[in-house]
Amino acid sequence: MTDVIIRTEGLVKNFGSLEVLKGIDTTVRRGEVVSIIGPSGGGKSTFLRCLNLLETPTAGKIWFEDMDITSKKLDIAKYRQRIGMVFQNFNVFPHMTVLENITLAPILEKKVPKEQAEEEAMALLERVGLTDKANEYPRKLSGGQKQRLAIVRALAMKPEVMLFDEPTSALDPEMVKEVLNVISDLAKSGMTILVVTHEMGFAREISDRVMLMADGIIAEDDSPEIIFSSPRNPRTIEFLSKVL
Amino acid sequence: MSKIVKLWSTYSDVFLDGLVGTLWLSAVTVVCGTILGILVALMRMSKLKPVNFVADIYIEVLRGTPILLQLYFFWIGLPKILPFDLSDTFCIITALIVNSSAYISEIIRAGIAAVDKGQSEAARSIGLSEVHVMTRVILPQAIKNILPALANQFIAMVKETSLASVFFVGELMTSYRTVQSTTYLALQSLTIVGIIYFVLNFVLSRLVLVMERRLKVSD
Repeated sequence: MTDVIIRTEGLVKNFGSLEVLKGIDTTVRRGEVVSIIGPSGGGKSTFLRCLNLLETPTAGKIWFEDMDITSKKLDIAKYRQRIGMVFQNFNVFPHMTVLENITLAPILEKKVPKEQAEEEAMALLERVGLTDKANEYPRKLSGGQKQRLAIVRALAMKPEVMLFDEPTSALDPEMVKEVLNVISDLAKSGMTILVVTHEMGFAREISDRVMLMADGIIAEDDSPEIIFSSPRNPRTIEFLSKVL
Repeated sequence: MSKIVKLWSTYSDVFLDGLVGTLWLSAVTVVCGTILGILVALMRMSKLKPVNFVADIYIEVLRGTPILLQLYFFWIGLPKILPFDLSDTFCIITALIVNSSAYISEIIRAGIAAVDKGQSEAARSIGLSEVHVMTRVILPQAIKNILPALANQFIAMVKETSLASVFFVGELMTSYRTVQSTTYLALQSLTIVGIIYFVLNFVLSRLVLVMERRLKVSD
């Protein structure tokens, strides 16, 4: 539990003249579950997207284990296979069946034989209760089912870290729970997780650490007990007073 | 009216030859224009600024000048820069292909741009290479936007190829000129050609509608 898997140092991201991240220094240990909360526009999503290079950092460094992922020589596609991401809007591939969504990357990029990839995909589908949907197209799935599919599609690459970018924000209320349960199970299984969320109860329950991001910095970073019961930073206090 | 019927029964093979010429010319233009158009679209979407710039100029010039002018330009200019003998037909077809490639490249670019950005982000996030992101995720979805627009481009070309008659390249309007110059029945020949154009395009545009509906169902 002590080895560091992700470390950022002075991470800055600008969009034009807008400074979204103003120097993020943090570390995440293997197996840790970190929730990122805070007001919109605070840089939470951008921070997550920098970690798998969907955004290119303007300045600063990010290490994944000993690998400098801001290096120009990095094979980005190869790196992304080690760090899964789940999006607010699911982004499942509509032109492929559920099974094809899951096996696409393992077959193409890891050269896993088709049969083995499908077997592994079915095992994953079983974990999230979607076995009977394997040959359906995503248009037949509910939002919650699409998001569960998006999660196992990422897991099929056997990533070491999972990033969740507001995974339940686009869901109807009655579907939030089924998705949160899957993430909780994943957390219990020892996966390293960073999750941007507005579900405070969930954050409190599953996290080892809660980070509050506001105005492009980490305002407070502590155990969920301290963040939710006795926050010290005025920005945390203000934010929590609005959402709780 | 009786004159039209008589004219048709006498010269039907001339008109039908013209129809075949029009269809052939439009098909060749759209097929070759698509190949060239893909290249231009790729240049347009490239991250290299100079390549981008060249494609921009190409598209703007071709869309910003009349097609008839372009036909004259290729008809006169092409034989001057190429060292071998060129037929009028070859010059005119080249001009039509180049012209339609500008429109088709925009069809392709817009079709790709219309695919939700989340799709390419998701594809990249699971570690697909850039080539696979394009070929396995973006293009299969973009094709649904592109195909109906390409079919519409074909319909547009059916009408625009009529300009080739200025250079006596075999197609429907050229048939009109042939029949008119032997019979002096201008209005009647024109009516026949007009009916053929109209029926052809009416049928084609209905087919495009059917295709659009089918593609939508599979979404």
